[in-house]
Amino acid sequence: MAEKRLMYGNHAVVEGVIAAGCRFFAGYPITPQNEIPELMSIRMNAIGGVFIQTESEIAAINMLFGAAAAGKRAMTSSSSPGISLMQEGISYIAGADMPVLVVNVIRGGPGLGNIAPAQSDYYQATRGGGHGDYFTITLAPNSGQDLFEFPKLAFELAEKYRNPALILADGLLGQMMEPVEFSYEPIDPKSLPEKEWALSGCKNRERRVVRSYDLKPGKLEEWNWRRLKKYEAIKKNEQRFEAIDCDDADLVVVAYGTCSRVSGAAVRMARVKGLKVGLLRPITLWPFPTDVLRDMSQRVENFLVVEMSCGQMIDDVKLATECRSKIHFHGRPGGGVPTPPEVFTKIEQALGGGR
Amino acid sequence: MTKEIIIAGFGGQGVVSSGIILGYAGLIEDKHVTFFPSYGAEMRGGTANCSVVISSEPVASPIVANPDIVVIMNEPSLARFEPTVKPQGLLFFNQTLITSRPKRKDITPIPVEANAIAEELGQGRIANMVMLGVMAKKTGLLKIETLKKAQRKRFIKADEEQLSLNDKALERGYALL
Repeated sequence: MAEKRLMYGNHAVVEGVIAAGCRFFAGYPITPQNEIPELMSIRMNAIGGVFIQTESEIAAINMLFGAAAAGKRAMTSSSSPGISLMQEGISYIAGADMPVLVVNVIRGGPGLGNIAPAQSDYYQATRGGGHGDYFTITLAPNSGQDLFEFPKLAFELAEKYRNPALILADGLLGQMMEPVEFSYEPIDPKSLPEKEWALSGCKNRERRVVRSYDLKPGKLEEWNWRRLKKYEAIKKNEQRFEAIDCDDADLVVVAYGTCSRVSGAAVRMARVKGLKVGLLRPITLWPFPTDVLRDMSQRVENFLVVEMSCGQMIDDVKLATECRSKIHFHGRPGGGVPTPPEVFTKIEQALGGGR
Repeated sequence: MTKEIIIAGFGGQGVVSSGIILGYAGLIEDKHVTFFPSYGAEMRGGTANCSVVISSEPVASPIVANPDIVVIMNEPSLARFEPTVKPQGLLFFNQTLITSRPKRKDITPIPVEANAIAEELGQGRIANMVMLGVMAKKTGLLKIETLKKAQRKRFIKADEEQLSLNDKALERGYALL
């Protein structure tokens, strides 16, 4: 086992991205993710990678498009308002079927909002976010260890399906320090196989084209149908979740990211009091772990959805459980973070008033 | 064993550093730890606090609502955090800078002349080290030697003179009770 290091979540992202063999970062500063570009500027310089502080988020995301089209692992990070600015570029990248990694360390919104942790960009992340019919693979870390490991997973999924991938963190995960184990050998970018679609210079071979549009009648429709097949494969193969104490549960708390940590503590409190309560933590938000929730709803009477928003993931829980169970909700929007006793109280209420 | 700790004071009193030192110390003693600072538009002289969890099991929530231990460095933080302490919890407070006194009867207040001792050692800013020393002794949560190692991890660029002074402040705090 490798030695554990006490690290900020934002720093764990940087080490994870570099260990994943990514050597291209472009981004623009915004709290609460500034430790990512700060450390990235030092680390990329030290290892001969590319660090660019762009003039705007729009420039950053379009540089990612270029780097990805050239066949390289490329990433950016930002926080909510900055991610909004990137949506046009993400849509183009999705339309061109390019793999990139975008990290969103969410802060309170809407608008300029504040710099406190939030989960209010769930809809934006899981419904495409920009214009057009598309989806982005979305991973939800809940620890420093995840923040180290998920960049590698995100690049692998992004390249397997030729699709942009998002890591959806929040201000708490970015600013928290936890022990992190560098759990895998760093990948040498030179060892990554060359992509058969990469624009690497067409001397002595057929030219390749990367683009998100085709004006020939019917062509774009055809592309979209083909992309839908890809999305269906992702939904079938890549649903990831963690289930704790769900087997005998009368109530299952559904929460991701920071809320899954807080809810995990509340579930422990409930178990100590003899309440049969479990925790389902979606790890992929898109594809949403619909199958496990559908199965659970055959026997679990109550679900409690906990989010740092007015309620967004709750829609996916309702869709998955198809009206078979009661869906309760506890939300804290605008930078509010729930506490374990707060969630425990909601659990008691949902189970019929502290029985 | 899980201990939830909140450290609070003015920005510049070493509140965040204290939390990180506890984090390193927990890790050195092979415990599970989380450290979360209240971050924001903070500045020197503004308020600062952080939450630390040290546990023998994986830490579920890094968010602490009702701490077992609070370390209070200034007056406003006493009013804010005294009501949150768990019954039978410990409240360490910097008596040099705090004129009011804890009111609750169901917790144990531990007054520490942190700034006075730090000044006596030659540097007011190491009052946080005195507090950490006292806390380590009273709770038995971490060894003094571990804290000394941990502060060296935190202040990696500091010179030996400063690091030894920090050690002295930790020891003085540890010897107080």
